[in-house]
Amino acid sequence: MKDQVQLVLKDSIRDVRGEQVAARVKNYLGYDTGIIRTGKVYTIMYDLNKKDLKQFAQTGLADEILHDIYINAFYKDSFYRSYILISKLPGVTDDEGMSAQKTLSDMMGMEIDTATQNIFSHDVYYFGNKLDREELAEIAEKLLGNPLIHHFEYGKSLKKVEYIPLVRIKKPDKPDVINIFEDDEELLRLSRDMLLSLNLQEMRAIKSYFKQDQVMQSRIRRGMPANPTDCELEILAQTWSEHCKHKEFNAVIHYRNLETGEELEINSLFETYIKKATQIIMERLEKTGNNWLLKVFNDNAGVVRIDEDTVFVWKVETHNSPSAIDPYGGAITGILGNNRDPLGTGMGGAKLIFNTDVLCFGPLDYNKELLPGQLHPRTVFSGVRHGIEDGGNKSGIPTVNGAIIFDERYSGKPLVYCGTGGIMPSRVLESRTWEKRISAGDIIIMAGGRVGKDGIHGATFSSAEIDENSPQSAVQIGSPLTQKLLMDFMQEAVQLGLIRCSTDNGAGGLSSAVGELAKISGGALVNLEQVPLKYTNLKPWEIFISESQERMILVVTDDKKEILFKLAADREVELSDIGTFTDTGFLDVRYNNKRVALLDLEFLHEGVPQKMLEAEWIKPDLEEPQLPEITDYNKILLDLLASDNICSRESVIRQYDHEVQARTVIKPLMGPEGKAAQDAAVLRLTYDGFEGIAVANGIHPRYGDIDPYQMSAGAFDEAVRQIIAVGGCLPEVTEASNRFWSVNDNFCVPDSVYDPVTNTDGKLKLAKLVQMNQALYDMSTYFNIPMTSGKDSMKNDFRSGYAKISVPPTILYSMVAKIDDVRKSVTGEFKASEDLVYLLGRTHDELGGSEFYRLFGQLGANVPVVRKEKAKWLYKKIAKANELRLLESCHDISDGGMLTTLAECCIGSGLGADIWIDGFQDIPLNVIMFSETHSRFIVSVKQENRQTFENIFVHDGIFLGQITDSPILTVSYGKKIIIESSIEDMTKAWDKGLEK
Amino acid sequence: MSRVKTLIITGFGINCEVETAAAFKLAGAEADIIHLNDIFLRKYSIHKYDIITFPGGFSFGDDLGSGKVLANKMKYKHLVSGKLFLDELMDFLFDGKYILGICNGFQFLVKMGLLPNINGDLSQEVSLTHNDSARFEDRWVYCKVTQNLKSPFLRDIDVIYLPVRHGEGKLVIKNERIKIEILHNNLNCMSYCSNDGIITSEYPHNPNGSELNCAALTSTSGQILGMMPHPEAYTSLYNNPNWAQWKRKDPEISEEGEGLKIFRNIVEHIKYKKD
Repeated sequence: MKDQVQLVLKDSIRDVRGEQVAARVKNYLGYDTGIIRTGKVYTIMYDLNKKDLKQFAQTGLADEILHDIYINAFYKDSFYRSYILISKLPGVTDDEGMSAQKTLSDMMGMEIDTATQNIFSHDVYYFGNKLDREELAEIAEKLLGNPLIHHFEYGKSLKKVEYIPLVRIKKPDKPDVINIFEDDEELLRLSRDMLLSLNLQEMRAIKSYFKQDQVMQSRIRRGMPANPTDCELEILAQTWSEHCKHKEFNAVIHYRNLETGEELEINSLFETYIKKATQIIMERLEKTGNNWLLKVFNDNAGVVRIDEDTVFVWKVETHNSPSAIDPYGGAITGILGNNRDPLGTGMGGAKLIFNTDVLCFGPLDYNKELLPGQLHPRTVFSGVRHGIEDGGNKSGIPTVNGAIIFDERYSGKPLVYCGTGGIMPSRVLESRTWEKRISAGDIIIMAGGRVGKDGIHGATFSSAEIDENSPQSAVQIGSPLTQKLLMDFMQEAVQLGLIRCSTDNGAGGLSSAVGELAKISGGALVNLEQVPLKYTNLKPWEIFISESQERMILVVTDDKKEILFKLAADREVELSDIGTFTDTGFLDVRYNNKRVALLDLEFLHEGVPQKMLEAEWIKPDLEEPQLPEITDYNKILLDLLASDNICSRESVIRQYDHEVQARTVIKPLMGPEGKAAQDAAVLRLTYDGFEGIAVANGIHPRYGDIDPYQMSAGAFDEAVRQIIAVGGCLPEVTEASNRFWSVNDNFCVPDSVYDPVTNTDGKLKLAKLVQMNQALYDMSTYFNIPMTSGKDSMKNDFRSGYAKISVPPTILYSMVAKIDDVRKSVTGEFKASEDLVYLLGRTHDELGGSEFYRLFGQLGANVPVVRKEKAKWLYKKIAKANELRLLESCHDISDGGMLTTLAECCIGSGLGADIWIDGFQDIPLNVIMFSETHSRFIVSVKQENRQTFENIFVHDGIFLGQITDSPILTVSYGKKIIIESSIEDMTKAWDKGLEK
Repeated sequence: MSRVKTLIITGFGINCEVETAAAFKLAGAEADIIHLNDIFLRKYSIHKYDIITFPGGFSFGDDLGSGKVLANKMKYKHLVSGKLFLDELMDFLFDGKYILGICNGFQFLVKMGLLPNINGDLSQEVSLTHNDSARFEDRWVYCKVTQNLKSPFLRDIDVIYLPVRHGEGKLVIKNERIKIEILHNNLNCMSYCSNDGIITSEYPHNPNGSELNCAALTSTSGQILGMMPHPEAYTSLYNNPNWAQWKRKDPEISEEGEGLKIFRNIVEHIKYKKD
């Protein structure tokens, strides 16, 4: 029994979505669709009588001002000559249908099952022009949906909708026992067939563990077979996945530098560089009474102290592989998933106060033929952007800043970095909120969404290369509404002292979440039949490793359980008691009282064999290019402003809510017309105080083509200097300032494991990774900025047949620092005419990897080199100048060099500037204008402060000119005016960059 | 001096409750953030408050149209007392009290029929739907206030600079008669305008293509105000995207944001009435 209701916009209502689709089809595919009319169809599986159905349609679903309603009938108008119907595939999140169910229950006062999908939503597009099937299919698959999650129907006129995405799975057989006492070939086949993504060495380790006499006897005693069950193998595969165990970052690496002859044996990049650096910094901080570094590396996110009463928790992650195949779903689950990290740190329930997102895409005008399974960068860009919009906006978390980088090598796999920060009170009922405490006997509660087949093998999938046969279960769509309810509930429950601690369900699902927490108490017992499902007939191991979204694990003591469940019912959040923590030393998993897995925690967590890898550095053979003589610098300026990596991100930023919670003091766009791009975001922490934080991101993949060490060091410096620019002060290790700084390091690299056939330059790639880590160590210990969390994503290659598109080795440093008084922060745009303009920091002949060279299709050799001693010296002077309120504006110099930065200061302020280039001695003009030398700033100063300013900076500040009311940027060199460009022209160029 | 008590509704995807409560506190009121289900299921009374605010957010993810699912819940779902929430609200208004809806709160007031309610029968007379740009947009706009209103919220405000953050903010009016009534009664109390205060339909000054360039509606009694812009997001000068240039121009400039004025107006009005 089913009913259908269709809603179509009334003739009098402008169909803006239809117009938008028509324009996109025209721009991207070149078809003229004619006028497009959009509609919705709801398939209702509940039994409703005619009267109720009519009332539900009229008041529940339709807006009487906007819609015409058709009940068990469909809109007809001969004006429209073709249509596309889009339904979701079985099991794909359908929030709209779910909300319709809730409103039905509210309206009719009906006790109906609203937790499983009973109303399905479909979208209809009617086209004025007659389009053939191929054209409709192209529109549907490229612009309106994705075949991995959608079902499409096409035709002339819609007469019926028969497709209903009900999930049907046949009843599973009883749990399997997998014979692993086999030879190597069979072990590899098992790993491949079961999608375990375990290598031979790892399969052998499992085999020899199960073969041990002691293990066998112990298993038999406990009623388990000698061989592992399917569930046990799946748990091992999840726990040992690259995603969870970071096997390459923990490998033994034999590193040879053929440039210097240096040879090194590195026992774990993580231990040697990241962890060690943070430990050194921690010691220095603690020695001087700086006690703000509270938690590093051993929870979902790191924690630092803001003040006596409040702590700050944050994490940056990537969601690259899912975004490559379903950009919208990949990005939204990326955001929501990353939100759950700070939300599930310590006790949990942090108030999330910002998102920051850094995205790397192929160029929007990519014109190579697409490989099977490869999406056009434009499709990826628009889907990812939309996912970030919904993920942030619908959760009430402002997206405060970010970056977008274009490079052809991201056209196979994009990089989608999602960062989230939150605040927690430092104590709840006398307990420290950042600590995780669990005792045997504590109850395991699953909270939030239900479990389906979503993302099964997701963790293993992201560790493998994508190919055209990537399994569909890898795609998931997040439900921001489900998570918002869960998040609000958790915040409330934690404040009430109902939750002991919590963690998120991410990669590996329950198996990882419970498996990790079980380490604290020393064991866990899980009853899988207690886990609520989206649909029946899931196998036990599927329930245990499913990555269905919007779920958290809450650890609760028995006396709090009842009141917690009551609160959850009031907040419409589903909770289930799925087991208890124990101290047996085992992860004990049961289904209807029958054991399906019994794994020794020590073997589970420590049994994975260490990898041995080879790295070999060969310096690339590069030289500086010979450029044609430049006659028209105005054109170069406008070309730079319009280039991919420099142009305005306004069209993207405006679609992100960057102000919800009313904390942002420096927003991504400032100034009189909202055109002033800023270096770092500044947020206020309370509504009656002025303490705040600054958030910045440093990323420079192009420099890595010349020198990965300098690329990594430069990205680190960029993040530091952006915070300096907005008014930050470097952390002190000489006195107790208790002003925290924290960095999240995020490595995204191509497959860096050498293989003589499939990855011939693997050793070089790994050497690059080593150098990136060396720079991280040198920079962080020099500036005393600890890595409080981080992430690595190791297989960013897109393969299709023999073709492979690999990302360039990329590192993102995301940084947050405490700001004492947000009212004293400094924005980048100019403030008033007649102020004096200065360049701070020395310029070097470093055009290698610059945007200027890129205009000419050149790479060059002289990469910007970080001079950290000089940088620190300058940053301290800037802090001093800010203390005296000398800087009216401060904008860091990065992509495009000095000229681009000057132009941005003008565009953002509506003010012009007269710039004279002298005082650079014999540095060539192109270098002065376009070199991207690090650690430099454009600042402006009131005339009356000139002397005080120059006394502080002396030779570190070069006088450039003066700000003018006339809206023109003029640059003179010698006696010649080489640039004369109006703000209008510059803005026009800058604004149009993303319109490809 | 009397205390002014504000009830801030939250739950189901509403997300501006904290800064809205902060705004009322800055304006001198007490503010309680209460989950809607505490009213529906736990008999929490709205009548001890002087003003109820429905803050911005994405209730039910904007599924089925912004504010729609929430509006239906209020209209049809019975409280444990057996009454409808809507009836409670009508009693609340009958007592001469006030309701403020911001963004998603405005959308929901409109879909519930509380605004503009010209016919007095709580039927839906206008809607708020997709912006002409077909996009969610976060941008700052100027709004011209129509004077001589019964609304205490907008007293002494001429032009106000505020952020809008919505995808469905375009006002669509059911028919010509309603439109005339809205105009006749000055219910369209805030209109998008250029920075010199001239009402305009030009994008992006009018960010969504709203009929009458309307940014806010009041009820005929002035007790209810629904607005798309977010006054709670401009309670401090430092919320303003151009604070730095403003402060440079006038170093003595007040550190208060313009949006706070709306909260002060209503809080002071209630205090005055009570005293």
